Amino acid sequence: MSPPVLQVEGLAVRLRGEGGVAEILDDVSLSVPRGGTLGVVGESGCGKSTLLRAILGILPRGAETPRGAILFEGRDILSDRAESARGRIGFVPQDPYLSLNPVFRAGDQILEIMRRHARGSRRDHRDRLVELFRAVQLPDPVAALRKYPHQFSGGQRQRLLIAAALACDPALVVADEPTTALDVTTQREILALLRGLVTERGLSLLFVTHDLGVLASVCTEVAVLYAGRVAEAGPTRAVLDAPRHPYTRMLLACHPDRATDLAGIPGTVPAATAQPTGCRFHPRCPIVHSGCAVEAPPMVSLGEGRAVACPWHEAALA
Amino acid sequence: MTALRLLLRDRVAALGGLIVLFALVVAIFAPWIAPYPDDAFESHIMQRLRPPSAEFPFGTDNLGRDILSRVILGTRNALLVAVAVVLAAMAIGVPIGLAAGWREGWLSETLMRVTDVFLAVPQLILALALGQLIAPGIGAAMVALALTYWPFFARTVFAETRRLRSALFVDALAGIGASPARILFLHVLPNAAPAVLVRATIGMGFTILTAAILGFLGVGAAPPSPDWGLAVSEARQHLPEAWWFPTFPGLAILVLVLGFNLLGDGLRDAADPRLRRSRR
Repeated sequence: MSPPVLQVEGLAVRLRGEGGVAEILDDVSLSVPRGGTLGVVGESGCGKSTLLRAILGILPRGAETPRGAILFEGRDILSDRAESARGRIGFVPQDPYLSLNPVFRAGDQILEIMRRHARGSRRDHRDRLVELFRAVQLPDPVAALRKYPHQFSGGQRQRLLIAAALACDPALVVADEPTTALDVTTQREILALLRGLVTERGLSLLFVTHDLGVLASVCTEVAVLYAGRVAEAGPTRAVLDAPRHPYTRMLLACHPDRATDLAGIPGTVPAATAQPTGCRFHPRCPIVHSGCAVEAPPMVSLGEGRAVACPWHEAALA
Repeated sequence: MTALRLLLRDRVAALGGLIVLFALVVAIFAPWIAPYPDDAFESHIMQRLRPPSAEFPFGTDNLGRDILSRVILGTRNALLVAVAVVLAAMAIGVPIGLAAGWREGWLSETLMRVTDVFLAVPQLILALALGQLIAPGIGAAMVALALTYWPFFARTVFAETRRLRSALFVDALAGIGASPARILFLHVLPNAAPAVLVRATIGMGFTILTAAILGFLGVGAAPPSPDWGLAVSEARQHLPEAWWFPTFPGLAILVLVLGFNLLGDGLRDAADPRLRRSRR
């Protein structure tokens, strides 16, 4: 079996801010197999976007990574400031609005990146980009090159950015909730498109979302993030069908399609500046035990690629 | 250049551009265009206050000088003051706005509060005070105007920089190792360029007007310089008989200020791709 495209090992990210030091990520480990799709799911504020930014090398000012490594194709991109990964990771952002500079033509901006990272002449780049625009089903791909970002609609802009992410033939595509800003029908189209492109081109995909439905339709593997730590990981179907971590179980119970009565999870995600000791879920956990607040639970392997960070994963929820 | 083509298609803006261009040509070739170029400084007391005629199309002033010639020669002064003041104000205001917008914390706060202080002082009053402090003259007026106009640029650029500082494309640029100066000047500033351009163009008109007011109040240009504001001021004693004396310099001020304002409006519509559809 070939090594994973992306491997995050024990990554911690801290952010120094006005309210003290925020522990945004702590001991996060996950991996994206070659040609595989990994979904990262979690509530708002659990560190999903920070994880992506760390992988992309665009952490905000004041952020540091005291521990851990991010291996891209076997090389640590934290220590060489993403040098070896440049042009090899495509990014589809959450909000397509200010992802492109509004005063330059969309085509010019993507072509500039291609000149730097992709092989071939300017003609080749242009042809390849038009090809990509066609692949992402942008209307009138040739004219789209000369349009400004504001001249596209929301869905079109997202398609444009998917094309931009694929422009340099990346090994890995990283997507940050690319469909949350869109209406349901457009969302379906974009997801189908993304899925199609991933299988067609044999890409690896790291997909971040808070929507379990979206997750199930795109990803084969899943990692559930809670307050900056991985709570549970495994094949999507298995995790969604039989969640083991109390958080995952309650999260699934919150989904309107699956729950008979909406349970909700009492309490909120802890502030990143005041993470609870031990298991970070223990203040909200229905089956909390006395040891939970003392020590962070290690990941327990369950076989078949599954792992869960809870020693009480077999107990029934109260 | 699509922006230029759009500008020319916009008739009102094209008219403004035409006026400014005309003033520019007049200013450059003033000594050759003016029928009596020596009248800038010489006086002919025998032919004072003649009404407009074939010989003197705009009439003559209280010292018998040809008003047409003095209006033409005054164009140079007006434009020079406008361009110098606006360029100086931009040179101060744009970097301050960029720096204050980019950084967070005491530097940004200090810069913007200083800007606020300058904005709070009425422009004309500060110009008058500075004019008195330094020797009254066109130089003092220019310094005073530049010192009071830069906050507008700082504010405009600051707002745009703040808005874009957290934009993903800025993060991406920083991620691939672009220096702050490069990001600010090549990628953020172009976003503010339309606003700065409009400010600058309208500022030109505004500066001409304020310089004329200062001339009128005796703080700007000094006699015998062919300054428009000064001419209007000198004409006061000869009203209402010599109506032509203040009218033509006054009209020159009006037309040139109008020209700059029309051009400024047109530039905004043409240069900002986001506003492009607004006029159709």
